[in-house]
Formats: sequence, structure tokens, C-alpha cells
Amino acid sequence: MTISLTQFLVVAAILFTLGVAGIILNRKNIIVVLMSVELILLSVNINLVAFSAFLGDLTGQVFALFILTVAAAEAAIGLAILVTYYRNRGSIAVEDINMMKG
Amino acid sequence: MYAAIVFLPLLGFLIAGLFGWKIGARVSEIVTTGLLFVSAALSWIVFVNVALGEGPATVSLLGNWFTSGGVKVDWSLKIDSLTAVMLVVVTTVSSLVHFYSIGYMHEDPSRPRFFAYLSLFTFAMLMLVTADNLVQLFFGWEGVGLASYLLIGFWYEKPSANAAAIKAFVVNRVGDFGFALGIFLVFVLTGSISFEQIFAAAPGLAHKTIHVFSGDFDALTITCLLLFMGAMGKSAQFLLHTWLPDAMEGPTPVSALIHAATMVTAGVFLVARLSPLFEQAPAALTFVTIIGGTTAFFAATIGLVQNDIKRVIAYSTCSQLGYMFVGLGVGGYSLGIFHLFTHAFFKALLFLGAGSVIHAMHHEQDMRNMGGLWRKIPFTFAMMTIGTLALTGFPYTAGYFSKDAIIEAAFASHHKGALYGFLMTTVAAGLTSFYSWRLVFLTFFGKPAWAAGAAHSAPATDQSASGHGSDPHHHDEHEHAAHGHGGHDLNPHESPFVMLLPLLVLAIGALFAGFWFQHDFIGEGAAEFWKNALYLGPNNHILEEREDIPHLVAQVPTILMGVGFVVALYFYILAPKTPAWLARHAHHLYEFLLNKWYFDELYDFLFVRPAFWLGRLFWKEGDGAIIDRLGPDGVAARVVDVTGRVVKLQSGYIYQYAFAMLIGLAAVITWFLVGGVR
Repeated sequence: MTISLTQFLVVAAILFTLGVAGIILNRKNIIVVLMSVELILLSVNINLVAFSAFLGDLTGQVFALFILTVAAAEAAIGLAILVTYYRNRGSIAVEDINMMKG
Repeated sequence: MYAAIVFLPLLGFLIAGLFGWKIGARVSEIVTTGLLFVSAALSWIVFVNVALGEGPATVSLLGNWFTSGGVKVDWSLKIDSLTAVMLVVVTTVSSLVHFYSIGYMHEDPSRPRFFAYLSLFTFAMLMLVTADNLVQLFFGWEGVGLASYLLIGFWYEKPSANAAAIKAFVVNRVGDFGFALGIFLVFVLTGSISFEQIFAAAPGLAHKTIHVFSGDFDALTITCLLLFMGAMGKSAQFLLHTWLPDAMEGPTPVSALIHAATMVTAGVFLVARLSPLFEQAPAALTFVTIIGGTTAFFAATIGLVQNDIKRVIAYSTCSQLGYMFVGLGVGGYSLGIFHLFTHAFFKALLFLGAGSVIHAMHHEQDMRNMGGLWRKIPFTFAMMTIGTLALTGFPYTAGYFSKDAIIEAAFASHHKGALYGFLMTTVAAGLTSFYSWRLVFLTFFGKPAWAAGAAHSAPATDQSASGHGSDPHHHDEHEHAAHGHGGHDLNPHESPFVMLLPLLVLAIGALFAGFWFQHDFIGEGAAEFWKNALYLGPNNHILEEREDIPHLVAQVPTILMGVGFVVALYFYILAPKTPAWLARHAHHLYEFLLNKWYFDELYDFLFVRPAFWLGRLFWKEGDGAIIDRLGPDGVAARVVDVTGRVVKLQSGYIYQYAFAMLIGLAAVITWFLVGGVR
């Protein structure tokens, strides 16, 4: 079987769905939410690289590299916020983070 | 000079009122009192020039107030004999009261305010008496009402003082309502509010009718009745009198100045000033006589049983104002004004004397707690006795000339209602004598109730205290005993010199004012004295007719005065048990009088409670239940309901927000995709 663009897109779509499901259905841990965000970003990257390869345009791969950089920085910031948050409130359970409610 | 008389008190008011906090109480007192004395001195010069001498009656224009269509109102000072008399009364009593207040109010923290109010009152009263049109008179009229309100409520931390102030203000509004309508009607009839033009037009208005409420009425009668309604309110006449006794909540000098000598006589002044109108309206004069007679009698009956020293004098004032209106009502305008003049002296004297007693008793006003004071405060006692003599009409004192003249005029007059006025004032003369001497006897003679009260804490002095009244020889012992038992006991003391001097001046007036001025005010010299200030119709010969009444009738008031004195002497000195016995046996009558003919209760039932009920209805039902519930409150409640539901959407969980975003994004994309196909 030849691996065509479709397979790439399906994998990316599965990863994206997993990430979204991880955010929405996760009831335990805020770190899982962060991981899910990374997962979504990765799925987008796969899409970019796949299209780049199949369309013969390098712009997508350059873009993917930039997104990886931003994702790393974002993960660092997110974890730092989490650490501070844990120090302040003694919990990172998603259930407890509801101070914004009306 | 005329402007100085009127505006010096205003200057005093502004200085004490605006800068009193800065210049201090002592300077405020000196400034206001000093300016008032200057004003009083100038007033006497005017009185000598214009009234006693040959000086012309003048109207000096100060400026235009406003002009609106046909209504042209000027600020002006009208000086004629009537005004000169009022100027003298107002400024003399006011300056003496200012002076007296320096002593009486010396413990009060807000003296600058007090003196400012006193000066404001004097200014407003002077504007009233110098007015040459009805609107300026109304300005002064409301000004004195305001000052009266402020001064009754001077001790604003006392709820009763506030209530009394509001009551005085509201009751006066009732009268002023009629007064304002009267002014409007005068303008409708004559097209002017200036006295000169009104009086010129007055003879032509007789028998003219106006059409009101599908009936024709005599225009001048209606006008005069409406104007008199204002006078009734201001002068506390029958039906509108209820505010005056309550006004005694104010400081005593205020009672002397405003509620005895000057403001309450504004109604008398008004009727005298408008004599050209009233002369053309005999029906209105009859009404004036009947109201005056009724007031004279009814207030005197209430005065018989009151226990508060100031209230007795207040009812006495009310009664004497009734006399003045009887004098006016039978056509003797000069008689009314003459009684106003003499009454100002002896009533101010009585009030200031009462103030001195209250001062001596450390602010005790109930006469039952006094007694035996004449040894302690002999000067005040002497002055009060002079005031009482003058009030009761002891021969050759002031009241003898003015009050008896009114009674004689009421007998001689041919007006309708004059006989009623005569009977009422004659009976009231006897009652006046009784309650006045009752006041003196309860206050100055008998057992000293205050010493007995002090003895409760020190039973050992009980014997000597009760023996004090009956056995003068033990006086010294008692004195020592009282001193021995501690300085906290109530020890009545004579008032300071600043309080006694005004008493002395007023006492001279109370003794001699009638004798000195009788010839000019109501005797042969009346025509030259009044000149044209008071209008007498061609058939009005009341001053001459008064002289021709039977000798016996002329003696009746004096005889009744003696009877009143003897009865009071018997009741309160010779047989002190009699009043209590009488109160028990004539229980209903006593209660009736003690409760002031139940007028307060009646008004409470008729007006106050319905007004409260109506107010509560509009407040709770109209405003609260309908407007608020359907208007602002209703809308607000619905908004709160909606937002309450919206708020529940905000769970605070990030994942739910993210889910909502996802759904929204999916919906938008779907919409674009579907829409893009079309």
C-alpha cells in the first residue's frame, strides 16, 4: 500500500481529535490539558509537513519548525504557571480551578 | 434714616450669621444688639417726628423688585403713623430682647446663630410693617414665619421643639393660603397690589359681586375674609391657634419677642393697614369681631388650668390678640393698635419675667414645682407683678386704658356681633385676672415645692422646708439648713443685671405707656396722631361713642378684675385645697380645659391622621406597589432573573469553555461551508 496524503491527514485528524477530547473530557489534571494542547499543535504540524511534502512547497516545513519553537516556549510558560499556581493553591486538579465562575 | 432702621438688623444678621463662627459669640452679641439699639433709637425719632409731630407720611422707593405684566412690585418703605408705632414696638422690644438674651442664653453653645436669627426676624418684621404693597408685606410675612420656625426649633436636638416648629409652620401655611388668595383677589379687583391704588379703588368696590362656585358673593367681603384668614394664622386666632402654645418650645426671649410682642400682632397690623378695605365690608368686620371674641374667651378659659408658666402666658397672649381683633372688628382700628402697643410692653415683660423665673429655677417650667420664690428673686417678683397688674387692667396701668377701651367700644358699637364681642371680652377680663394672679401666686407664694423636692434626698430638712412658707420667722434657720445640706440642692437665684435691666424698661412701659399715649392713640388727639394712616368710614364714630357709654358698664371690667384677683387669692393663698377640690367635682370641665378644648386631638383626628393615611397610601401603594414594582424595581428584577440564568453558564471550568468554543467553531465552519455551496 502506498502511503498517500490521505493517511497523513487521517493520522493528523486522529491526533487532533485525541487532543480536543483530552481537553474536554479530562477531569483530573491540568498537566493533561497542557499535554493535549501539545498534541493538537503536533497534529497541525503533521498536516503542514504532509502538505508541504506532497505539494513541493518548503514553506510549510519552515512553518512547522516555527510552531515547534512556539510550542516549546508555550509549554515552558504553561508549566511555570502551573508550578506557581500549585504553590499558591496547593492543587492543580481541574475540579478546583473554577474561580472564574459567575 | 428709614432705610437704616430696616437694614441695620439685616446687617447684624449677616455679620452674626456668616461670620459668627469667626468673630465669636461675644462679638456677635455686641454687634447685633448694638445695631438693634441704634435702630430702636432711630425708630423713636421717627415716632416723635411722624406720629407725635408734624412730619409727613412718606413712601421712599428703594427699587423695583419685579414687574410681570400688570403686576409691578417695588421695594419701598412706607412711613406713616401706623408704621411708626409698629417700628417703635418692634425695635424696642427686639433690642431689649437681644440685650436680655445675652444673659439668658449665656450657656448656649450656638449663640451667634441665635442672635443672627433674632436679627433676621427683626429685619423681616420691619419689612412687613414698612411695606407699601401687599407683596412686600407678604415677603415680610413669610420672613417672620421663617424666623419663627427657625427660633422655635432653635434647640433642634429636642424632638418636641422640631415638632412644634413644623406645627407652627404648617398651621401658618393654612392661613397664608387664604392670605395669598386674598392678594390675588385684590389684584383681580383693582389691578394693583400697591396700597395707594387699592385704597383709592376701595370705595368703588363696595357692593360689587364676584361669581364663584355658581354663586354671587360680595367681592370685598370675600377679599377681606381671605386676607383675615392670613391674619388668623399669624395671630393665632380661634381655629388656627394651636401652634402658639407649642411654640413655647423655643427659648423664652423668642417667646417674648415673636410670640407675644411682635410677630403674632402682624395680623392685627394687617387688618389695621387694610382698614379702607375692611371699612367697606361690614360682614367681614362682624366675622373679625366674632373670631376675636371667641378667641379672647376660649384662650382665657384654657389659661385657667395650665401648669406650664410659659403656656399660661401664651394662652394669655392668644386671648389678648382676641381683644385686639374685637377692637378692630367694631371699627376701632386705633383701639386694636393701642392695645397692640401696650400689650407689647407688658406681655414682653411677663415673658421675660417668666424667663427670669425659669433661669432662677434652672429651667424648671412647671409652676407646681415653684412657689415661695418672692424672697429669692424679689426684683423679678416685682416686675412680674407690674406686668400682671398691667395685663389685668389695674387702674392707670397700660392695660387699663387699652383693654377697657376695647370693651367699652364693643359695648358702644352698632356693628353686628359687637354685643357678642362685648360679652366675651368682659368675661375674659375676669378670667384674665384670675389666671394671671394664679400664675403669680403659684410661682411666688405658697410652699416652695422646689425645696420640698430637694428635701427628698435629705429628709432632715423636711420639717424646716415645709415650715418655710407658713412661718417666716424660721427663715434664717431654714436658710442655714438648706446650705448645710450640700450645694447640689436647687437654690433659686436672682438673674444677672443684663436680664433685669430690660425688665425694668419694659415695666416702665407697662406702667405708663397707657397713661402717656392714651390721649394720642385713642383720645381727642387721635385724628392728628393717626393722620390718614387709619381709615374710618363716614359713619364710624366709635371713638366718640365709646366715651358716652353708661358709667356702670365702664366699671364692669375693673370690677371683674377685682373679682378675679379675690378668687385667685382665695384659691391659692387662703384655701389652697380649693383648686383640687374643684378639679375633682367639675371633673369633665377640668379635663376639657386642661386638654385645651381637645383641639389638638380634633385636628389630629380630622387632618393629621387622614393626611398621614393619604401620605402612606401614596407612599406604600402608589409609589411603592405600583410605580416602583412595575417601573424600576420590576425591570431590575427581570434583568436579575435573566442574568441569574446566564450566570449559571459560567461554570469556571476551562474545559467547558473550550468545549463551547469548539462547538461554536464547528458551527461557524459548517455555516460557511454550507453557505459557500450556495
